[in-house]
Amino acid sequence: MSNTPNRNRQLRSKLGRVRGLGSSHEGVHHWWAQRMSAMALLPLSLWFIFSLISLTGSDYVAFQSWVSEFGNSVFLVLFLVSMFHHAQLGLQVVIEDYVHSELWKMGLLLIVKYGSVLFAASGIFAVLKISLAG
Amino acid sequence: MAEDDRPLSPHLQVYRPQITSVLSITHRATGVFLSLAAVMLTYWLASAAYGPDSFARAQAALESWFGRLILFGFTFSLFFHMCNGIRHLGWDLGWGFDLVKLRMTGVLVIISAFGLTVLSWVMAYSHVGKL
Ligand code: HEM
Repeated sequence: MSNTPNRNRQLRSKLGRVRGLGSSHEGVHHWWAQRMSAMALLPLSLWFIFSLISLTGSDYVAFQSWVSEFGNSVFLVLFLVSMFHHAQLGLQVVIEDYVHSELWKMGLLLIVKYGSVLFAASGIFAVLKISLAG
Repeated sequence: MAEDDRPLSPHLQVYRPQITSVLSITHRATGVFLSLAAVMLTYWLASAAYGPDSFARAQAALESWFGRLILFGFTFSLFFHMCNGIRHLGWDLGWGFDLVKLRMTGVLVIISAFGLTVLSWVMAYSHVGKL
């Protein structure tokens, strides 16, 4: 197409094509959100693994007091948010790639999207409950 | 051809596995597996929110040999996905997209993922004096 002599035959302007936002109809938003959440997860995951290492062998009380520490509560909440956001975006792509029946695709996307919100909310509430109880 | 019968692309059967393709599908597999780890983290936190008894039950399950096996899998998956994720972000910046660098960083990802996984478990076990 791009080799045709008169490119203006294409009625859609470049801006229009951008506004059309490609075949996904959402432009680069999904792609960008996946990268942004990955960047956040990089330090948060390292912090989390290091924390788990130093929590090995802790009992309930030690765990509770660790979660209750201000910085730890905040990082746990941020970890939950960015992880479920990133996972949900990633699973969406996997489903769109492999599931071709419209009905199944919709059903699975629904489960993944709502499930992520459910588990993220539960995790955050658990962190709050542990830290505010102690 | 009915829509459901269309072959999936790429036709995995006709390609010889290469480090590039194997790492690519492993990134996907670890991503899906880590999503289960995320659910598990919520379960763990929720068990502690319920109180000492349910936390003890969760701990017992996680400390069983099967629990440890899963946790080991999560650790490796996270390090692999993280290291390969950095590789992905490099590509997004336009870096590392020729065959030589592609293979070199691929090998680096495999070595780092295994190394960091073993290191973490050694650190955890020696933290409780079991090593
Ligand atoms: C901590 C928990 C994490 C979970 C649950 C998770 C989950 C996922 C999933 C399900 C995908 C989709 C895979 C695919 O489309 O093939 C994905 C993709 C991706 N992840 Fe993660 N991930 C995590 C951490 C990370 C970290 C720490 C990084 C960054 C360094 C990262 C970087 C990426 C990138 C760049 C992609 C896009 C790959 C592509 O375009 O094909 N992820 N992740």
